[in-house]
Amino acid sequence: MPYDLEFERPLADLDKRIQALQRRGDRLRPDERTQLDGLRIQLDQRAREIYRNLTPTQRVQVARHKNRPYTADYINLVSDDFFELHGDRRYADDHAIMGGLASIDGKTIMLIGNQKGRDTKDRLERNFGMAHAEGYRKAQRLMRQAEQFQMPVVTLIDISGASLDLEAEQRGIAQAIAESLFVMAGLRTPIVSIVIGEGGSGGALSTSVADRILMLENTIYTVASPEAAASILWRDSSHAHKAAAAMKITAQELLKLKLIEEIIPEPAGGAHQDYAAAAAAVKSAIIRHISELEQLATEQLLEQRYQRFRAIGVYKRETVGASSPTT
Amino acid sequence: MRDESKPALPVVGHNGAHPDAVHTLPTNLAVKCPNCRELLVGKDLERNQKVCPRCGYHFRMDAHERIDMLLDRDSFEEFANDLLSADPLGFVSDAKGPYIAELESKRRATGLNESVVVGKGEIERMPLIIVVMDFRFIGGSMGSVAGEKITLGIERATKDRLPLLIISASGGARMQEGLFALMQMAKTSAALRRLADAGVPFISLLTDPTTGGVFASFSMLGDVILAEPGAVIGFTGPRVIEQAMHQKLPKDTNTSEFVLQRGMIDTIVHRRDLRPTIGRILRLYGAASKRFV
Repeated sequence: MPYDLEFERPLADLDKRIQALQRRGDRLRPDERTQLDGLRIQLDQRAREIYRNLTPTQRVQVARHKNRPYTADYINLVSDDFFELHGDRRYADDHAIMGGLASIDGKTIMLIGNQKGRDTKDRLERNFGMAHAEGYRKAQRLMRQAEQFQMPVVTLIDISGASLDLEAEQRGIAQAIAESLFVMAGLRTPIVSIVIGEGGSGGALSTSVADRILMLENTIYTVASPEAAASILWRDSSHAHKAAAAMKITAQELLKLKLIEEIIPEPAGGAHQDYAAAAAAVKSAIIRHISELEQLATEQLLEQRYQRFRAIGVYKRETVGASSPTT
Repeated sequence: MRDESKPALPVVGHNGAHPDAVHTLPTNLAVKCPNCRELLVGKDLERNQKVCPRCGYHFRMDAHERIDMLLDRDSFEEFANDLLSADPLGFVSDAKGPYIAELESKRRATGLNESVVVGKGEIERMPLIIVVMDFRFIGGSMGSVAGEKITLGIERATKDRLPLLIISASGGARMQEGLFALMQMAKTSAALRRLADAGVPFISLLTDPTTGGVFASFSMLGDVILAEPGAVIGFTGPRVIEQAMHQKLPKDTNTSEFVLQRGMIDTIVHRRDLRPTIGRILRLYGAASKRFV
């Protein structure tokens, strides 16, 4: 994949030199061959270095990168078989959320994820991944089924936010999100959620009331998109970069705030540079966390999930000792 | 927070004095009805439960006005009022300054510690847990403390098997607390799941405005959902939808009447009928497990 982001310019330059040498193939002199190897190592190191120190706004750019692997890509790479289940049995099939039975190392899980769409036609059909009520109702149906068959649930999160058009309001987007939170809170089977791109607002939360929330290295999870938050707080969405920094939305910051359990490392230069490596890391995280959660008795699992969310919040008490915040 | 575009009500009498004094309109002050433009005398409006006597427009009420209007006299016992918002992100915006300062100024202006008041009270001698949101406090937005107080209310209702009434008035999640705020939607909904499993009824009353993450979590999980007439109720504010989607919206989009017509709530109740209506509902659910005699 080309290095096309502003802050990747040094990588693009190195990549160009590598490409030029590679094109000559067998005609390279021994010293040029050594040079090529050196450049490759340099590219890898520079990529790691740059990606280690991204600003929140740069993380947003990577999280939204048009070449980033989406749910459908992870499904292909992670599962040996996948049978997609369609429709909410009430109104329609929302293509912004896909889900179904996935076979991973011989075990069947319920795999559900947001799907943004790759080309223009696909994007329009999937409403750019912005789910409607019927998408959340489909997800609820699949989760209830997972509970019935004692299947663990894995959700992949990649949504800028739930749909905000008139149709969403007419069909009860808020009710659908609320019910998803309610269903997941009491679902009697393990749930692991992985943010693979953008985790935007209620649209993301409604598939991530999970026992574990994991985030890929270059992803964000936020109460509102930086643009939306900026238009509320600054009355101007062009201040999005400030909102992105102020709201602490990156995987690194959220791990520090103990709001997520783990960061899944990405290949050098981001997941979009190496789908197979990204998927392998996701797969091994799924297997490890599900195996751990399956050790727990159901009541214990539900109690831990309740306490996981119950404990979230930072506040202080008005009386003596008011200075020590309770986390 | 989804939409604060609606003009705030004429804020009068909020001089930061004793909390009890804050919610009383000066009796001699004239207030213009934003709906029919009639000039109303503060005293008359107050006497009419802040409903315009001419057109029936429901003015917003603050938390203590709600409690005084709905509960039996002197039956309210507040709890968890000592919780104060901290500042988990160290949030500063150059438009609004530090979050901490904003909290402090809202506390002074409203006499409240947060956007939510929670306690135990009685309606027609029937005890219940009541949670009331106050839009004056940073748009009634839900951060850690609001979420915590709502959850404590739900947990108390579950433990003591008391019916729960939550009165929403909120723009949604509080941006200044980032993901901590979003997660309060999950926290409150998880607590409601336990309330439901315990078989304790929950009445949700939606008032102007109920939007964003509050609408999309606990407020839509009531066993009975009521709304006051003419309230803005929606996931996204109408102005935001029009801007983002370039859609022209029908006039009543995202109002009480709209969500009723779409099957999202049970009924719309005029303010003067709220207390007896909630009383009826409490009596009906209260007698659910009785046997025929």
